[in-house]
Amino acid sequence: MALDEPNRNVEDLDTQFVEDVLRMPDGEKLKTCIQCGTCSASCPTSDAMDYSPRQIIAYFRAGMLDKVLRSNTVWMCASCYSCATRCPSGIKFTDLMYELKRLALQHGIEPPQESGPILTQTFVDMVKRYGRNPESRFMTVFTMRSNPFGGIKQLPLAFKLWQRGRLKLGAPSIRGIEDLRKIMEAVEAEEGSS
Amino acid sequence: MTYTFYPGCALEASAIPYDQATRAVSNALGIEMVELDDWNCCGATCYTSMAEITSFAVSARNLALAEPAGHDVVTCCNGCYMTLSKTNTYMQEDKRIRERVNAGLAAAGLNYEGTIKVRHFLDVILNDVPEGAIASKVKADLSGLHVAPYHGCQLVRPYATFLDAEFPKALDALIEMCGAVAVDYPLTAKCCGGMLMQTSKAVSVDLCASLMKLAMDRGADCILTACPLCHMNLEGYQDAIGQRMGREIQLPIVYFPQLVGLAMGLPGESLGLAASLIPLDDMLAKIKPLSEATEPVAAG
Repeated sequence: MALDEPNRNVEDLDTQFVEDVLRMPDGEKLKTCIQCGTCSASCPTSDAMDYSPRQIIAYFRAGMLDKVLRSNTVWMCASCYSCATRCPSGIKFTDLMYELKRLALQHGIEPPQESGPILTQTFVDMVKRYGRNPESRFMTVFTMRSNPFGGIKQLPLAFKLWQRGRLKLGAPSIRGIEDLRKIMEAVEAEEGSS
Repeated sequence: MTYTFYPGCALEASAIPYDQATRAVSNALGIEMVELDDWNCCGATCYTSMAEITSFAVSARNLALAEPAGHDVVTCCNGCYMTLSKTNTYMQEDKRIRERVNAGLAAAGLNYEGTIKVRHFLDVILNDVPEGAIASKVKADLSGLHVAPYHGCQLVRPYATFLDAEFPKALDALIEMCGAVAVDYPLTAKCCGGMLMQTSKAVSVDLCASLMKLAMDRGADCILTACPLCHMNLEGYQDAIGQRMGREIQLPIVYFPQLVGLAMGLPGESLGLAASLIPLDDMLAKIKPLSEATEPVAAG
């Protein structure tokens, strides 16, 4: 990735990023979008998005990345893969969403009123720390980071799960946590230098 | 039949009943599920959203650990299934990604050659268990039970090899095998919102309300799931879904191995039935013992 300089403006990224995305597996297919809108019609959350999937591809190809990244669209994707399965041009739109999420996170671009980036960061933090994702710890940390007072609304559900033995308070690490971290560090060192 | 079992994180907590029922049904059918020793989180879509190659490496550690035994890796979680399948596909088909991931795995003395298959437990039950094996073990009469089959997303897209991406019928087949009635459920592969329940609750509640309404309109006594996240959204947030629908609802949400276990007359406690957040009494009342059955169906 050539996107490791945190202080560059989004505008400067456009050309490089479009090239990076086109290099993704099957990324070239983005060029073959016919703007038919099958993706938007298939998307279960497109009505809650600032821009529909079809519009995102149009903005993306026009190099208007700033508009794309400052919208809530990528964080409304629930990874259902309907768009990717139905696209007549074979575009893996869901993978473009991931690529855009990564770009937004790398550059600290947060869309208004969306806690998606916090959830993603918290999930990754759990895996790095424990090797697994201890649900109750994950939910606690996520709530503290995103909406500490709203968390009180989750308590009745947490209590019901606890009563039925479905809420585990501990967060044990896997035995191979050091190995897992070595793997992550090795990949990150390699990817960062390329 | 021996498999490497990959439970995934949810099956250690909120989806403990799914884990229990999977193990109970496997035992009863002679399926040997050997849990992968010291497995780690698959990374789900969240890790992919953070760092692509690292996410493949995190996921691939499990495949590398499973490779020496040579058995198919079996999971019950749609998210784990999709994530492990995606990693597996890229490791097998993309030389550049395979080399970069294996360079990372080498830091822990691991390597993945790409020889393992990733399977969903539903696939195993339907396609590996000899035909008629479940039917011959059915000890309860489920013919009065109407079940809405809800496959969800990541079981069918984009890596499903054993069912249709638009109109999957795997759960329908399973329901019929158990002697119950599968209601026509065209939203079967529509999204529940997944993690959006935590970040954009109204959006996810809307999606769940559509799923719930259709199941109720079709006269379902319960919704059958194959994924811990679909299950949690429909079960744990049923109050909010009911508010959205403007009515009070209490529709049982059932993990598919629980239904198989009920049909086979396995004890309720081995299927984790008592851990349901929704009372199951009305649903269980529709299950009658077969006349030749030796054990009654217990609610657990």
